[in-house]
Amino acid sequence: METTLIENLPEVGAVGVIIKAVLILAVISAIAGFGTFIERKVLAFMQRRLGPMHVGPYGLLQIAADGIKLFTKEDIIPQNANKFIFMVAPVITAATAFIALSSVPVFPDFTIPSWIPLLGDTFVPSIASDLNIGILFVLGMMAAGLYGPLLAGMSQANKWGIIGAARTAVQFLSYEVVTGLSILAPIMLVGSLSFVEFNNYQAGGISNWLIWQQPLAFVLFLIAGFAETNRTPFDLLEHEAEVVSGYATEYSGMRWGMFFIGEYANMITVSVIASVVFLGGYDVVGVYGWLFIIAKIAFFFFLMLWVRAAWPHVRPDQLMWLCWKVLMPLAVVNVLITAIVMMV
Amino acid sequence: MSLEQFKNRNVGVQSYKTLDVGTPPKTGMEKFTQVVKRSVKGELFVGLGVVMKRMLEALFKNDMHTVKYPFEKMPISPRYRAIHEMLRLLESGNYRCIGCGLCEKICISNCISMETRYDENQRKEVSEYTINFGRCIFCGYCAEVCPELAIVHGQRYETASEQRAGFSLFEDMLTPIDQLNLQQEFDGFGAVSPNADDNIKQTPLAY
Ligand code: SF4
Ligand code: SF4
Repeated sequence: METTLIENLPEVGAVGVIIKAVLILAVISAIAGFGTFIERKVLAFMQRRLGPMHVGPYGLLQIAADGIKLFTKEDIIPQNANKFIFMVAPVITAATAFIALSSVPVFPDFTIPSWIPLLGDTFVPSIASDLNIGILFVLGMMAAGLYGPLLAGMSQANKWGIIGAARTAVQFLSYEVVTGLSILAPIMLVGSLSFVEFNNYQAGGISNWLIWQQPLAFVLFLIAGFAETNRTPFDLLEHEAEVVSGYATEYSGMRWGMFFIGEYANMITVSVIASVVFLGGYDVVGVYGWLFIIAKIAFFFFLMLWVRAAWPHVRPDQLMWLCWKVLMPLAVVNVLITAIVMMV
Repeated sequence: MSLEQFKNRNVGVQSYKTLDVGTPPKTGMEKFTQVVKRSVKGELFVGLGVVMKRMLEALFKNDMHTVKYPFEKMPISPRYRAIHEMLRLLESGNYRCIGCGLCEKICISNCISMETRYDENQRKEVSEYTINFGRCIFCGYCAEVCPELAIVHGQRYETASEQRAGFSLFEDMLTPIDQLNLQQEFDGFGAVSPNADDNIKQTPLAY
């Protein structure tokens, strides 16, 4: 059913894409804000605390309070910082995170009803730009996003920032390898880099999900995803107990907020990739497919918070050891075995 | 435990039990097997399970540790030496303080000041009595020396005030006459808290 739907897509016009882009920007920013609230609540419950409680019912308006605070804070640029790079670095993080989101499927496609003036009958696609190399593009964009922390740390004339930048290089560069290799095996199976192809390949029930054929790749991808989104077992870049705030030490106000939104957008991207590539995407029949994929994305998002509450984080040398001596060989072996099985 | 045992600091001769934590891995292969063992054993998932259980308990059994402080307060120990209270005699409602001046004398930070006079029955009574809580160190000597159990330490530990004048008149500390039946004796410095039994917990050694 989904397959036919995707093959009979109406013409995607420029207006539809623009609407989609605005939608993604607005909704993902809002979700990122809401994500902070969820994160604080979940962490609080896991530590038997209440979390934010006082602004609005159950602290729901805390996001608004935080937003006002971030927007109205003074924009401080340290004296010895390289001003231009310092100012542009957070934009890189946020922009690449959103560009990556442009080619993953978020929200269902719909047609604007014709009674609405000007925009009536415009078809808004589910993927802003359905590239045939979708996965490659998303991974590339997320990799480009590492310039944000890197430049931020180097430009701010602060030793914690420098350490943060060094850790950025070390962590992101090495985990990029694992992400690529782990996702290579599913790509070989499907024979395409398009998310739509992945979705179609797994159509027809839970037993067709790629996670059953590629459990190892799934685990590897999850681990690397945690490292790339800078989540807890691997949050070396800005671990307060060690490097104050790492690359974000000198940032405040909205510039810091952009790093923040970028990080949350990246979490969503990784969740989307994991759900589409390994957990069958929006395969379950008809209308409920979209609900189902949102549930999957929410689960991965929750998993990140859950892990943050439960696990300690690792040392940089442990991180490197894990990446180069354990995960990468495993990923290569996985790719090899997949190739052999496919040939036989 | 006798004092002798307690003073013996030579580690190893006491009957301590050491936990068997094994030896840390040395070679690369040992490290690798340790990682594999730990990954397969699923200790990480035990951690996940623990926090999940906590969350479910917090959500559905309301097992929270948060005290919403200004709105809720924890019971404090009766030994706690907070802002003083002047008590009344339960039978007549008169002040217990007989104006003997012992508390003023003993106060080591010199913050009690009082004036006394003879009332119409030629009994001594206090006419002015203030404690400067900006200087009080809450040592408790005044309460200990008082022969009439008149001045005691109460439970009000929020000592911040906007003005020094708030620190503090006899009337502020005196039990209001309409709340005489609520007046509580000070259990004294050696007393255990009323919920002491609930606070006793088994030391969690068994991971
Ligand atoms: S508690 Fe100590 S310092 Fe305070 S008024 Fe009594 S005797 Fe003085
Ligand atoms: S020691 Fe007790 S009775 Fe004597 S003046 Fe102080 S409060 Fe009053």
